[in-house]
Amino acid sequence: MSLLQELLDRGVFVVTAEIGPPKGTDRASFEKKCVQVKGYVDAVNVTDNQTAVVRLSSFASCLIACEAGLEPVMQLACRDRNRIALQSDFLGACALGIPNFLCITGDHQSLGNHPEARSVFDVDSIQLLSIFRKLRDEGVFANGEKAKGEIRAFLGAGENPFADPLEFRVFRLAKKVEAGAQFIQTQAVFDLEIFSRWMEEVRRFGLHKRVHILAGVIPLKSLQALRYMKEEVPGMVIPRWVEERMERAQDPKEEGIRIAVEIIEALRRVEGVRGIHIMAVAWESVVPEIVQRSGLFPRPMQGGGEGA
Amino acid sequence: MIVGEQKPLKEILALLAPYKEVLVLGCGACVTVCLSGGEKEARELALLLRLKGFAAEATSVERQCEREFIMPLEKTISAFSAVLSLACGVGVQTLSEVFPKIPVFPGLNTSFMGAPLGVGVFEERCIGCGECVVHRFGNICPVARCAKNLLNGPCGGSKNGQCEVRPNRDCAWQLIYERMQALGRLEELFAIQPPKNWAPSRFGAQRKIIREDVRP
Repeated sequence: MSLLQELLDRGVFVVTAEIGPPKGTDRASFEKKCVQVKGYVDAVNVTDNQTAVVRLSSFASCLIACEAGLEPVMQLACRDRNRIALQSDFLGACALGIPNFLCITGDHQSLGNHPEARSVFDVDSIQLLSIFRKLRDEGVFANGEKAKGEIRAFLGAGENPFADPLEFRVFRLAKKVEAGAQFIQTQAVFDLEIFSRWMEEVRRFGLHKRVHILAGVIPLKSLQALRYMKEEVPGMVIPRWVEERMERAQDPKEEGIRIAVEIIEALRRVEGVRGIHIMAVAWESVVPEIVQRSGLFPRPMQGGGEGA
Repeated sequence: MIVGEQKPLKEILALLAPYKEVLVLGCGACVTVCLSGGEKEARELALLLRLKGFAAEATSVERQCEREFIMPLEKTISAFSAVLSLACGVGVQTLSEVFPKIPVFPGLNTSFMGAPLGVGVFEERCIGCGECVVHRFGNICPVARCAKNLLNGPCGGSKNGQCEVRPNRDCAWQLIYERMQALGRLEELFAIQPPKNWAPSRFGAQRKIIREDVRP
């Protein structure tokens, strides 16, 4: 059983964090990240070759996270695998006890470090959700054939409230919910105005009652990090006030944490937001401080007595 | 039409280096329209090759992809030690099938199936997936025009109507959204598109059509 699902169903405001696998076999560095966030988050989200850069597989990293006593959310991207491999990895992960899955289309390979690679994109994230849901609920593969054994899986997807065409975003969310998404992780929120407008639409269609929405939060480490995200990361909107504060900051790291904590406080007041997802890319060590300063610590005791 | 682009001269010179008498063969079909491999381009390239020391001549046929148009070249070709074809990859292969003994080299990179948008501007429109679904998307094909061939809406990377993958490339889904909105058919985009059947596409196997109804 997914503890993340249990907490969300109980109405607990959840905290998850993204941890990126290493560029190699250095499991010690990944274990260190696990130790850093343990007790401060309800689940860790393990990326699948994010930004199309080759890393230790999400599957293997999830198992390492399990060994470290954390509950993983396994990301599965459609960029590198067809429906045969995706279903196979899903079955494998379920059989080994990985309880949560995040179905994403994946960043385009030309933005990563193997731009000459051939992409797959056999299915998209919405089709993947429907394939996994059918496999779990009806026990049949994408081709209609019977699968053996029980499957327990909590299914999620990403959504970006800030990308164009803005008016279509909520319909895309509705399609994800229709396809089987039980939780949603959003792109990092800096622009609370756009986010709030999107959430209004979400509520207007009653989607907040059908899916658990976890709002994405990125703590800024420096002005350079902000500028990089603003220029290079597709679908990221950073309003001027954030930039101004980072420009003026004597201690940019402290200011980055303050902004993140303020955004979290604002997000907690938005009706329909059921938790936050902290994406402290290459700065996982900051997660405990953000969680503490946001008043989200201690985390509720999880099954099996795995507390802080 | 099939859009192609001439290979860099340096690459062409390297391909032809072992030969002296070279026939530059243009094609009167698609590559003439896209200004890369017609009679005019064949003559210009032959001139350049002569300046580089080759005994190069140019000619052109109506369509290099069809045997009947290239068979009459038999006598002409026998005077050359190599042929540089300015047709698409189909023409290059047909030429080699008809004249298996003479070395044939591609002078173009065959790029895509597309349309001219203005003078000298060509854009991809179709990947020949073998099962056309374009009508579901306001006749803007996401299979050919979205970098991730998404069938269920835009990814999270579209900004100001532009694709995140390449600059100056319209986001296909922005165009689809606007077209369907203008047509008053937006709600059709809310239906979940099931996984596509790629079996009729090039990911299935080499494709072949046998029309019994028109065969002799």
